[in-house]
Amino acid sequence: MFADWPLLSLVIWTPILGGLMVLILGDRVPEASRRLALAFAVLTFLISIPLFVYFDRGTHEMQFQEWVPWIQAFDIHYHLGVDGISMPLILLTAFTTVLVVIAAWDVIQYRVSQYMAAFLILEGLMHGVFAALDAVLFYVFFEAMLIPMFLVIGIWGGPNRIYATLKFFLYTFFGSVFLLISLIYLYVQAGSFAILDLHQVPLGMTAQVLLFLAMLLAFAVKIPMFPVHTWLPDAHVEAPTGGSVILAAIMLKIGTYGFLRFSLPILPDASMALDWLMITLSLIAVVYVGLVALMQQDMKKLIAYSSIAHMGFVTLGLFIPFMVFANTGDWQGAALGISGGMVQMISHGLVSAALFLCIGVLYDRMHTRRIADYGGVANTMPWFGALFVLFAMANAGLPGTSGFVGEFMVILASFRADFWIAFLAATTLVLAAAYTLWLVKRVIYGEVANDQVAQLQDLNRREFWVLGVLAVAVLLLGVWPAPLLDVMNETVDHLVRHIAVSKL
Amino acid sequence: MESIYLAIVLAPLLGAAVAGLLGRQVGRAGAHSVTIAGVAVSFFLSAYVFWQHAVAGAAPYNDSVYTWMVADGFRFEVGFLVDRLTALMMLVVTFVSFMVHIYTIGYMRDDPGYQRFFALISLFTFSMLMLVMANNFLQLFFGWEAVGLVSYLLIGFWFRRPSAIYANLKAFIVNRVGDMAFVLGIAALVLHTSSLDYATLFARAEELSGITLSLLPGTEWSLLSVACILLFIGAMAKSAQVPLHVWLPDSMEGPTPISALIHAATMVTAGIFMVARMSPLYEHSVAALGFILVIGAITAFFMGLIGLVQNDIKRVVAYSTLSQLGYMTVALGASAYAAGIFHLMTHAFFKALLFLAAGSVIIAMHHEQDMRRMGGLGKYMPVTYVTALVGALALIGFPGFSGFFSKDGIIEAVHLSSTPGAGFAYVLVLAGVFVTALYTFRMFFMVFHGEERFRHAPPPDHGQDDAHGHHGHGGEPHESPWVVTLPLVLLAIPSVFAGYLIGPLLFGDFFDGVLHVDPSRDVLAELGHHYHGVWGYLAHGFMMPPFWLAMAGLVSAWYIYLRRPGIARVARERLPWLHATLQRGYGFDAFNDAVFAAGTRRLGQFLWRFGDALIIDTLLVNGSSRAVGWAAGRLRLGQTGYLYHYAFAMIIGLLGLILAFAL
Repeated sequence: MFADWPLLSLVIWTPILGGLMVLILGDRVPEASRRLALAFAVLTFLISIPLFVYFDRGTHEMQFQEWVPWIQAFDIHYHLGVDGISMPLILLTAFTTVLVVIAAWDVIQYRVSQYMAAFLILEGLMHGVFAALDAVLFYVFFEAMLIPMFLVIGIWGGPNRIYATLKFFLYTFFGSVFLLISLIYLYVQAGSFAILDLHQVPLGMTAQVLLFLAMLLAFAVKIPMFPVHTWLPDAHVEAPTGGSVILAAIMLKIGTYGFLRFSLPILPDASMALDWLMITLSLIAVVYVGLVALMQQDMKKLIAYSSIAHMGFVTLGLFIPFMVFANTGDWQGAALGISGGMVQMISHGLVSAALFLCIGVLYDRMHTRRIADYGGVANTMPWFGALFVLFAMANAGLPGTSGFVGEFMVILASFRADFWIAFLAATTLVLAAAYTLWLVKRVIYGEVANDQVAQLQDLNRREFWVLGVLAVAVLLLGVWPAPLLDVMNETVDHLVRHIAVSKL
Repeated sequence: MESIYLAIVLAPLLGAAVAGLLGRQVGRAGAHSVTIAGVAVSFFLSAYVFWQHAVAGAAPYNDSVYTWMVADGFRFEVGFLVDRLTALMMLVVTFVSFMVHIYTIGYMRDDPGYQRFFALISLFTFSMLMLVMANNFLQLFFGWEAVGLVSYLLIGFWFRRPSAIYANLKAFIVNRVGDMAFVLGIAALVLHTSSLDYATLFARAEELSGITLSLLPGTEWSLLSVACILLFIGAMAKSAQVPLHVWLPDSMEGPTPISALIHAATMVTAGIFMVARMSPLYEHSVAALGFILVIGAITAFFMGLIGLVQNDIKRVVAYSTLSQLGYMTVALGASAYAAGIFHLMTHAFFKALLFLAAGSVIIAMHHEQDMRRMGGLGKYMPVTYVTALVGALALIGFPGFSGFFSKDGIIEAVHLSSTPGAGFAYVLVLAGVFVTALYTFRMFFMVFHGEERFRHAPPPDHGQDDAHGHHGHGGEPHESPWVVTLPLVLLAIPSVFAGYLIGPLLFGDFFDGVLHVDPSRDVLAELGHHYHGVWGYLAHGFMMPPFWLAMAGLVSAWYIYLRRPGIARVARERLPWLHATLQRGYGFDAFNDAVFAAGTRRLGQFLWRFGDALIIDTLLVNGSSRAVGWAAGRLRLGQTGYLYHYAFAMIIGLLGLILAFAL
């Protein structure tokens, strides 16, 4: 019955509508605003479930398509649709937003309705990014998304929030200008803004390389890739917990989604020619950023750097197919890299969300993120300690958790390309364990460090359920990733077949 | 059959879940009842499975339970391979685990983390079973890392102690170094076969051995050798072989029951099991076998030497474990896989016994672990004394005890082996027999015989082990409760008699079709020609060098530590450099701390401060924003707001245009 509904429009506009209603309701009765926001977040998540249930796993075609003319003079349409790449990301977004709303329940006391509204509107816009099949529509959502996040950090952020917001905004905006230029150039070439048409447009090598570099700027900043990554630790440190969660869990993925939706299919030859660059930057993210993460004194910065390293695995997975082809002469194992990158996106969404929520739990009680202010938290917060260790293990890629699946697939694919790439990628087993478990040692284990730690209260019911649900998701995906892969396989195989054909 | 296997695996998991998640609700008795019930189910069903495979002759079972995922044409399955090797391992694991569960009731009686401890040892049992029952590399790696996780959690069980949380972090990271190689080894095998299944890989071993890989430009390496060595590096971490052994001595920070279960009997033997399981692959790589042989021999001898200078009772047993793991590794290198597995089994019994006996002593000493404050305990705790003696005799390979059969098998096999490095290994394992006897009976005499030093010992620092209350201090040492001594007795039985299985296990057809040995290297078959029953083997043992070396070690220990206690001190003073070297464990820890740990931290600090903060943030990001600001400041000079400035500029522009058109 749901299959004919405009589900994608619903998951985009329901939260935006809800956000506006929460705004109108205002802060006279904060409890009412919270409840309304939660109702809309849950409703949106429920609407997103049929996308998964009724998704046709046997085709790579876009599904749940909607098409309405918008600006006909420029052939711009309100065109929506999802495939195996975007649908899981929409589900992840809807799921995470529910958790963010619950997590903010009694933590946010200042401008409650606006906070909730910002996240609901942000959710709708992010759904729009993933569902848009028209380049202009994509760009509109892509840019509009920055505004609520800008406000979230700027209003509910920490003391240095203005510097962080500016850095965040300028960095990402700087990148997106190049994306706009690329899209206009492609429109001129193809005579269409339909993303699927752009996939087919023939392009010369020079044009491809220039477009690739322009899009790289846009997407690399979002992910973020080395060396344009330094805005992320600053933004995380200043952002409120919910902001960090959405930033890490969803917004970073929009960069890698951009590669999958634009760079790879539109510019296969440039992707092939510049694979060395992408792989090098990815490996720098894994090794260099992993080492930097080790030395962080601030919990949020540490997890932020860890996010960059984990996203390095995603970009490695996306570009390793070209190296596989170059070195072995066939595309066998290529899809494993791309699928691995995508699993890593979903897994990192869950794990980083959980870790930022954990840090939020501590911050709400102690009002500090400095690692040195903690120690022996497990003594006073045993349940929290247990869950934190679980998420730390997932972050370190332990088999049985979601963190392992994607990394394993990417390492397998990398080995096919080159032993040393796989070797450098595999250093994450040591590095991620080192920085994550050293954090655990200093924060969770040990004697009670000070009086504040001695007075800590263990998780309340709300916190317990939020983290508990994430723990179940992390374990489930680690023990049985098949449902996720079944959704992706056709799309990824098609993408590999597509990039295997030169446009020259 | 599948439901039996599932029950074997899931019963301990269920117990762990109940004890761990509902610990407060079920209480202490509930937690130990449910976990012991779970592991008992596992044990009895494993015994049934063992009987079916070993006696009733059931065919190997190899089937998948569920599909983990499908991607890019790869099927990743979770499934079981149960043959005689698996059945033997299942039996050993569940039996020792069962004993340790019971023992824990006594040992952890007063610990506030009682339920957590039971949950974790049951979770360990589940993980270890998943490891040994896997029929593919994915599940093997799952079990491999899961036992590492539980080991991490249990070494750090008393997480308030700085030494414990240092040791568990160290253990996890060192193991991760091995796991990194292990993953790469798996990837190497998958590379050409697109399969993770043992059966598929084994069937294609021949073909794999012909493939080469270019690791460095211009060099060609055999893919199979690279894969086997990488997998073995993983085993070196898990089974604590030099130089990745450094975590095991520190792991003694964990409570004694897990030292027995995880860090002696089962988890650390996972590497040995893995290589034996992969024998169809290893047999195609002489390079890998030679590497294994040499590493094992070095571990067997040099780690045993360190045991001579330890004063902490648990550390003596820990170094002994390292040394014995070295023996098993040597067996693998000599292609005597059956001998390695045989020693794995006997060692699991007698080493678990020794550890639990040490734990019983530790309880009697009110959690004192320093042997210099013990002595003469034998008469106060007869059961512990006798069982520890059984364990010690088994460890040194005294004829008739289980260790004699299994260790002799290894030594003879190495003697016959023609694998590169076998001569070197033979000398070391033979010398190791003397060392083993010396440190074992040094410990035995220091603990159970001689002067009762605990009477005039200075007040011990209580930091050693706070599992147990400090009640009854100053009273006579006394025997431990039955929950402690019963497992000792039950472990002592196989510590003696398991050795008599040597006929079928080493020279018979027990492992036919499971362990593959290239006929040209089949040293055990060669030994089998001279084997005429267990009694003949036993009698023969009295005439062989290992027996006399063991006796020499035993007598030396008696002479040095009981008869003339001054000798040890004189030796220490005469050879201070030797003593210091051994005390420092050849400096591995110092080297790792200085080079790897500190070096990594320094590198991270440098990259952060120099790369991220200075180059990217200060110079590039803030630099470009300053540059923009500077340029804007210059440009602003043109926009003064004075009308005559603009009028003047317009006139100049107009003139310029006119000129341009005019020309």
